[in-house]
Amino acid sequence: MTPPDRNRLRPEMLGNAGRGLAYEEPLLFERSRSGRVGFSLPALDVPPVAPEDELPAEFLRGDCEGLPELSEVDVVRHFTRLSTWNYAVDLGLYPLGSCTMKYNPKLNEAVASLAGFARTHPLQPTALAQGLLQLFHQLEGHLAEISGMDRVSLQPAAGAQGELAGVMMIRAYHEQRGERRTKILVPDSAHGTNPASAGLNGYETVSVPSGADGLLHPEAVAAAMGPSVAALMLTNPSTLGLFEEHIVRIAEIVHAGGGLVYGDGANLNALLGVARPGDLGIDVMHFNLHKTFSTPHGGGGPGAGPVGVKNLLAPYLPVPVVRKLSASEGEGFALDYEFPHSIGRLHGNFGNVGMLVRAFTYIRTLGPDGLRRCAEMAVLNANYLLARLRATYHVPFDRPVMHECVLSDAKLEGTGVTTFDVAKRLIDHGYHPPTVYFPLIVPGALMVEPTESESLEGLDRFAEALIAIAQEAELDPETVRSAPHSTRLSRLDETRAARKPVLRWLPDAEPLDS
Amino acid sequence: MRYIPHTEEDVRQMLRTIGAASVESLFAPIPEKLRLGRSLALPKAASEQEVLSELAALAARNAHTESHDWFLGAGTYAHFVPSAVDALASRAEFYTSYTPYQPEISQGTLQTIFEWQTMICGLTGLEVSNASMYDGASATAEAVLMAMRLTRRHKIVGAGLHPHYRDVLRTYAAGPQGVVTEAHREASGRTAPLDRLVDRETACVVLQQPSFLGVVEEVGAAADAAHAVGALLVVVVTEALSLALLREPGKLGADIVCGEAQSFGVPMSFGGPHLGFLATRGSFVRQMPGRVVGQTLDARGRRGFVLTLSTREQHIRRERATSNICTNQGLMLLRATIYLALLGRRGLRELARINLAKAAYLRARVRETRGLALPISAPGFNEVVVGLGVPAADALQRALDDRIVGGLDLSPYASELGPALLVCTTELASRSAIDRLVRALSLAR
Repeated sequence: MTPPDRNRLRPEMLGNAGRGLAYEEPLLFERSRSGRVGFSLPALDVPPVAPEDELPAEFLRGDCEGLPELSEVDVVRHFTRLSTWNYAVDLGLYPLGSCTMKYNPKLNEAVASLAGFARTHPLQPTALAQGLLQLFHQLEGHLAEISGMDRVSLQPAAGAQGELAGVMMIRAYHEQRGERRTKILVPDSAHGTNPASAGLNGYETVSVPSGADGLLHPEAVAAAMGPSVAALMLTNPSTLGLFEEHIVRIAEIVHAGGGLVYGDGANLNALLGVARPGDLGIDVMHFNLHKTFSTPHGGGGPGAGPVGVKNLLAPYLPVPVVRKLSASEGEGFALDYEFPHSIGRLHGNFGNVGMLVRAFTYIRTLGPDGLRRCAEMAVLNANYLLARLRATYHVPFDRPVMHECVLSDAKLEGTGVTTFDVAKRLIDHGYHPPTVYFPLIVPGALMVEPTESESLEGLDRFAEALIAIAQEAELDPETVRSAPHSTRLSRLDETRAARKPVLRWLPDAEPLDS
Repeated sequence: MRYIPHTEEDVRQMLRTIGAASVESLFAPIPEKLRLGRSLALPKAASEQEVLSELAALAARNAHTESHDWFLGAGTYAHFVPSAVDALASRAEFYTSYTPYQPEISQGTLQTIFEWQTMICGLTGLEVSNASMYDGASATAEAVLMAMRLTRRHKIVGAGLHPHYRDVLRTYAAGPQGVVTEAHREASGRTAPLDRLVDRETACVVLQQPSFLGVVEEVGAAADAAHAVGALLVVVVTEALSLALLREPGKLGADIVCGEAQSFGVPMSFGGPHLGFLATRGSFVRQMPGRVVGQTLDARGRRGFVLTLSTREQHIRRERATSNICTNQGLMLLRATIYLALLGRRGLRELARINLAKAAYLRARVRETRGLALPISAPGFNEVVVGLGVPAADALQRALDDRIVGGLDLSPYASELGPALLVCTTELASRSAIDRLVRALSLAR
């Protein structure tokens, strides 16, 4: 077989990508033309004032240099063209492991944009925000029921802020009991946010090794446990997509040593309606509403990271707390601030409310059976992909998985093709690559999370793309190693970006040398 | 279920390939006794039509800027949002993508962030900006943690801070044992000289500009006081539109400028999602929290953009990361970048002047109205403290009777001013609405 021209895509090797028009587009500042306007402001209906009459001259700036001058047409074309350079869930499978890139329902967007949600102010009187407070109260209740936790605060703006809140509550709990504990145990498969959240709270992180089967074992936790350990932070299912079978025994060991167990909720999608972290010994956890509850990822956010606790941590929850009025107080909901042991406020207002509205809408739409169906089909999809790919890709821990599966590039050894190359070649097939090189304990990891949104034929095409790439690695490794070939830009030089950082546009910057 | 594509036949076929007897059997790794064994106690599923009408009924029980004339600001601002912002930010290629980990298929998001970073640098007068923080309050807290790392000191002096920002700062500073004190306010409303509050243990002065009470502060003097003891100056901006009028804080000596950019095309949405921003000097970039985008070349020598300097971040540095932030406020950053591109160099300035003129008109009307007063003399931008002859709650209720949300009752925050409201006048406040507000406040009993 003759090696194909690497710039020509062979249709038989492609999943679902073809070649289309690719538009060029400069930076906004390079498009700017003096005198263009993209706005129309109402005529001033009050006497005009000169800024220099209102404020001392030394307080005033000159021109808003750095901002462009563009017509509305220019701006619309600019961002529409830019949008065509992005991959997105609405274009296809986005199997980014641990990120749960499920479909983002359009109804949720419509609801969040209602004026009674989108055009409300966080400091308006609570009497004029009863619909929102009721939604908060109900959503807290739904999340508590789904997770088996006793209380929920919706305030954290993302999973990492939920973790931060959780670790702060753990610290407050131990301090309240007069105990000074300095360490937090984190399995070696954990998300980077776990040790970072512990570090921000002044804790030392102790890594606990996973067993040969990929699971966390009670003996390893017992060996690391001691009077200076404040908590264990774990993710269940783990970042290997495996259910931590020994969770109950592990939680008992931590509790017996006076510690608490934190549950990273990133992978909650696998458990919806099937099992509840609160029934497994978890004392505090966060939810990622942008993962499990379908709020859109927005090109990097916003997320929402509510935190749930068992009653023993309830006194430490962030303020304010939403409360349903008692019968003697009348109908409705209030915000309470008087909790002397609270860790305080985490967000300037109530968190990413627009995301809370979307997640609530999602839960209302699916109901208990629909949520469970999500978990079932997510787990079915991950196991199906594993079954289709097992013969072609190395599976470091070959056990039944939950919502995601981890493969590696070990079988490609000798071809010179690595996980990085496989990921880039998948782009030519029309897919966003999986999470790569994570979890850290699997060399060359490809972490695939299809979610329940993908159909059988969609999964087949994706599996066939990965199989085709493995064949190509044998026959024509150079094509894989120099992928992607079908994108507007080819591989980008990340080393160069970090070596001499250029972090903003400057009008007189020298052109890049190539 | 319309979000899930599987037919019964699909499921059977997939189970055969897997070699599993049933969907239930796929959950075998979860020990039987750990399973829920019942249905979740949640409301039953509902159709799209039913859910929409249920949620619309909840929405209808909240006041909003279309149901009332709006004079409430204090950190969250009711500004007009051009239609193009919603239209472009609704493109699914933007809002259903994630963090641009794969630059070859994320150039739309990456170039937008690079454009945002450029705009924020221009507006703040600093050299580097990150790709957003959760909100202004957490951006402020992270800026202070950054100053503590840079100076290896632990005292923090706050000046004119929004009370919620001060609370969040205290929450974040507790872990690394930061101690927050607060500067005094002069009778004019401006922050009193800071020289005697700072010492060789001070990590930073955190000055809000304009202050919570809407007063334009002397950034240069605060910078001198901080720098004289080797501390940094963090300037916090909650009304980003003021940056179009006021001298760039970076040019007046601020080392970090951070805050809230919700004013730039982001819906108020009951306080979130908003858009935290953070900019600093080039020499501090390695201590900056959050993601940042840099320019580079592709293999064929064409310009492109990538996430860079990631060795600061949690996924690489883990417990020694500059922050634990991962998901940020990307979609809000997109909205703000579109907004600033539309308003541009001239529009943003003109809009700021409109806001200034409306506040000047409100002050003039208050000055000539019996029973109302201006307890603060220092100049401001688009917020005015209005002194009242009756308790603020009564005045606000009187305004509500005329379908006006009249401002913020300052009694919990600045009781020494006597009964007073913090009133915000953006471009949405018409002259006649301002007249009606003044009338309502003066009629309150």
